[in-house]
Parts: sequence; C-alpha cells; structure tokens
Amino acid sequence: MSTSSETSGNTPIIATAPASSLEGLARRSEAFAIPLLALIFGMVLFSVFLITQGRSPLDFLDIVWRGGFGSWFSIQNTLSRASPLLLTALCVALPARLGLVVIGGEGAIVLGGVAAAALGASFTTAPSFIVIPLMGLAGMLAGGIWIGTVGALRHYRAVNETISSLLMAYIAIALMNQLVEGPLRDPASLNKPSTHPLAEAYRIGSIPGMDVHWGLAVGIIACTLSWVLIEKTRWGFAARIAGGNVRAAQIQGLAVGPLIVGFTALAGAFSGLAGMIEVAAVQGNANASLAAGNGYTGILVAFLARHNPLAIIPVSIFLGGIYASGGLVQRRMDLPDATVLVLQGLLFIIILFSETLYGRFKMFNPDLWKRGT
Amino acid sequence: MDNDIGLWGVPLAILGGAIRVSTPFIFVSLGETITERSGRINLGLEGTLVFGAMAAYATAVNTGSAWAGVVAAAISGIGFGLFHGWICKFPKVNDIAIGIAMMLFGTGLAFYFGKPYIKPSAPTLPAIPLGSWSSSPQLQAALNINVLFIVGAVLAVVLWWALKNTKAGLILRVVGDSSDAARAMGLNPNTVRLLATAAGGALAAIGGAYLSLYYPGSWNERISSGQGLMAVALVIFARWNPLGCFAAALLFGGAGALGPALQSVGVTQGYYLFYAAPYVLTLAIMIATSSPGRMLAGAPGELSITK
Repeated sequence: MSTSSETSGNTPIIATAPASSLEGLARRSEAFAIPLLALIFGMVLFSVFLITQGRSPLDFLDIVWRGGFGSWFSIQNTLSRASPLLLTALCVALPARLGLVVIGGEGAIVLGGVAAAALGASFTTAPSFIVIPLMGLAGMLAGGIWIGTVGALRHYRAVNETISSLLMAYIAIALMNQLVEGPLRDPASLNKPSTHPLAEAYRIGSIPGMDVHWGLAVGIIACTLSWVLIEKTRWGFAARIAGGNVRAAQIQGLAVGPLIVGFTALAGAFSGLAGMIEVAAVQGNANASLAAGNGYTGILVAFLARHNPLAIIPVSIFLGGIYASGGLVQRRMDLPDATVLVLQGLLFIIILFSETLYGRFKMFNPDLWKRGT
Repeated sequence: MDNDIGLWGVPLAILGGAIRVSTPFIFVSLGETITERSGRINLGLEGTLVFGAMAAYATAVNTGSAWAGVVAAAISGIGFGLFHGWICKFPKVNDIAIGIAMMLFGTGLAFYFGKPYIKPSAPTLPAIPLGSWSSSPQLQAALNINVLFIVGAVLAVVLWWALKNTKAGLILRVVGDSSDAARAMGLNPNTVRLLATAAGGALAAIGGAYLSLYYPGSWNERISSGQGLMAVALVIFARWNPLGCFAAALLFGGAGALGPALQSVGVTQGYYLFYAAPYVLTLAIMIATSSPGRMLAGAPGELSITK
C-alpha cells in the first residue's frame, strides 16, 4: 500500500500502440458515430410510432425545435431544465468510471436540499456571500455522505451499489418528508408542508442577461472539473484502471477503497448541490417538490453521454429541450404529455442497445484492417 | 355488538391493509424471483406493472369483464418481458440499465395510451367476504379478500415446490447459478432467461391489474407507488424464495398500512418513517448477509448484482 497511486507512470495495463493519425481518427470517431447512429435510429422508430398515431413526425420535430431551441425564450427554458441534470448526471457518471451503477441520486438531491434549507433558514442577518456557500457546502456534505455510504458499503461489505442506492433513495425521501412535516416545518405552510422560507438575500438569482439561474454555470463548471479529474489527474487514471479491473488495480497497489468512497462521495456531493440549488434558486424552501425525478433523469443523461462529463453538457441541453417542448407538443399536436416519456424511454433503450455495437464495425477498428477480408 | 373496538382497530387495520396492499407485491416479487433465479435482473417491472394496470383497465372498460383485463395485462407483460429478455442477450448490454430504460418506456406508453381511460369506470375484480361470520364491520372489511390474493398465495407455494422438485425448476436454477454448467447440460441460457423474464413480466403486469381493477380500483398516472421497483428489494429480502416473497409482501404491505392505521387512532408522528421501514430492513439484511469475500448469501450465481 505504500506505493499507492504512485504507480500510474509505469502501469502496463493500458498500452496504446502508437497509431497513425488515420487509425486514431477511426477509433475516436466510433465514440461519436455510434451514439449518433443510435439517436437517428431512435428518432426513426419514434417517427414510425407517431405515424401509427396519425401524426406527422416532421410536425413533431418542428415543434420540439420551436419549443426547445427556436427562440431566446425557449432556449432559456431549455437551459433552466438542463441545469439540474448536469449535476445529477455526474452522480451516475463518476461512479460509472469505477464500474459502479449508482441509481439513487434522487436521495442525495432531497437530503442536500433539506440540509441547505435548514441551514439557510437559521440565518437572517449574516452576509449572503457567507451563507450561500455554507448552504452549498451543507448540501454537498449531505449528498456526499449519503452516496459515499453507498460506495463504502460496496467496497467494504460487498453490498450491491445499485440496489443499496435505490433503497437509500426511498429512505432519504421518507426522511425528508418526516423532517419537512415534523421538526423543520414552517407552521405557515399549510397545504404543502415546507421548511421555513429562505431570506430573500440568500436566494440565488439569475445569470445577468438571461432568465436562467446560476445553477447552470455551477453545473457546467462541475462537469468541466469532473472531466479534468477523470482525464487529467492521477486519481482519475487510477479510477479508470479500477473500473476496468478491480483485481488488477489492487495488484498495482492502488488504494481502491478510498478511491471508490471518494468518487461516490463526490458524485453524491454534486447531487446534493443540485438539491441546494433547487432550494436556493427555485423553491425558496425545501418541500416534497425536491423529489421531482431529476435524479432518475440524470441516469438517462449519464448513459446517453457514455459517462463522459463533458458530453453530459450537450446531452442535458438536448433532453432539457425535449422537456421544455413537452407542453407545446401537447397543445399543438393534441398528444398526451407522456409522449416525451415514450421518446425518452425509446432513446434510452436504443442507446444502451448500441453498446453492443462497439468494436464490431470494421471501419472504426484498425485492428481488423490488417487481417484482410 | 359494540362497534367501537378501540385500539384493536390498529392491528385489524394493519392486517386488512396488509392483505389489500400486499397482493401486487406478491405478484411482482414472484415474477422478479423467477427472472432473477434465471440469472438476470429486470429493474423494469415498474414499467410493466404500470402498463399492466392500464391494459387491464382499458380492456375491462371495453369488454365489461375484469378477468379479460387480467388476461390482457398478462399478455402485455409477456411482451415487455420478451423485449427485455431479447435485448439483454446481446453482449455488453447492461441488464440493470435496460431495466431502468424499460421502466421509463413502459410508464410512458401506459400514460400515453391510458389517457382516454382516466374517466370511464371499469368493472372490478370480485372479493370473497371471508369475514361475513363476524358482526364487526372492521373485521369484515379486513377479511374481504380478493381472489387474486388467494391466487398469489397458491402461486407462491406452487413456485416454491416447483423450483425444488420439477425439471423446469432445476433448469432455471442451473442457468441462474452457472451459464457454463447450463451449456454443458445442453441448455441455452439465453432462451431460458428469455422465458423467465417473460414469465416475470406477466406476473408483474397481473400485479398492476390488481391495482387498477381492485385496490385502489381506478386508472390514473399515480396508480403505482413504486411497487415494481420495491419488488427488487423485496426479492433480496426474501432471499429468492417464493414463500419468503409471500411473507415479505405481507410485511411490506403491513408497513405501508401501519401509517394510515396509526393515524386513524390519533398517532400522526413518524408516519413516513414507518413507510421507510421495509427499505431500512432490506438494506440491513443486505449488509448483514454480504461480506467482502462473498456477496449476498442465497443469490443466484449469475445475477449481475452479485458480481
């Protein structure tokens, strides 16, 4: 263990042969071409579905475009919906680099939101530049502990992280309801039990020049930092090795335990931060609306982005746009709002299915070029 | 006879609630048990259950027969199961993630096609008044037992027996414990898993039919409170044993009924914590029965959550 994480320089595990630029291009284009192909195939299948329902796929595309991206108003709407997804997708993508499937980010969101709201409501006069970061920290701490526990259980007790995170999400939502209806309840919130409202000074406002709150910027920064962490640091490198083969990583002397706990805790911290932003920028207090399903949509985003933190940004905006256009689709095409859900599910299935295609196409795999035929 | 039975109302309400609420749990968890015993996990049963609820309700509205609804639900569940089973046979396709996607897809389709059926009312499934001997309305209500509950109970026993004593049960267990051993026996693991997932889907959808055709007995977009997802926890809790599933379903149902029952006698605090009790219990059992050397005692060897 003494040489832990010092071995990254001479590890023989990832041996990338010096490749010609054409071969490198072929390998890299696979990561773009297959998701794109899957996306197109998914849209074709969805078009067939629309045609069987007597609707025009072209109308649908047109309305999604106008509702999600076509005007400044719709773009702002799209970005607002995308911003929590940036953080909740990281909660899935970071552990995924270690080979873990964590699906309980929703739990970290609600606990992060409650922690931030409880802390924020206890201040009234302290300056906002202190209180807002403290609230962020409280949210990250709550979420980090929650999902970090999932990672610790995985490593030290071999408890499956998928199931435990799901169970802990239910427990977290029950805890939130208990706290919001009990000790933290604002007696003035009659119909919708909530915590005491935040002072106006502790609310997060909009990014100057647009009607989108600062959560968007926070999310983009978090994605960028996560990308740097995974691609450019020794911890990210160690995580990628451990994700490929835990046994091999341990033989190399990597401290897999702290790595797993650290990555899952960071993942949970991002989801907790999403909860804090939801409280400070949107709701103004913590209540049951925190469990709005952003944690579950984050799973979809992370898988669509193939757990690449930078790819999460465009994917979140893409899905945010589809959400934002949901209302318009419903009104203009007389389709149920669940249409968007059908499209999401379909795209998700096809993207997952496309995993089986990697390495199968000759044009993307230079190793197959030399063998002839 | 005095109708005010005071605090005795609490255990009675829990018993009645457990029986009423547990039926969908019984079906979904038995279905998930069949699937998981074959070595595959289907997290998408929530979608199957919601679609089953919609298909059953729509069919019952259109045909006037609740049982036709149950059959329609089962057929739709087989469809979802076959789809999941087929797509998971391809290499590198993650069965857990596909399950989550199927959950979205299934609920999406259910809400989409179910929209016109929110208003009309459908015939309900019959219940047997086993409590008619009693003059206490609470006891009568608690023992008014739906036919599907009895079917589920019988099914649990039959499955428990069949897994141990029939050829089909043996095949399922071999495939679930080792693909290699199954291939050596001349079995095709993918075919067995396909059929097991289809059977699991059918049962999950019948669980959904119970929701829309008996209790709560209507179709809307909030029909399921996550029974399909909970089933995954329930099966682990039951250690992949059908009889255990039946008991665990009653326990989960009872825990869900505890809150409202306590509320009815004036205890309003801690409602949500009781609701979370089954999850805490399941998590505790997972922690207790796993160890760094060996994951989840009693789990099928090929199950992806045990690797």
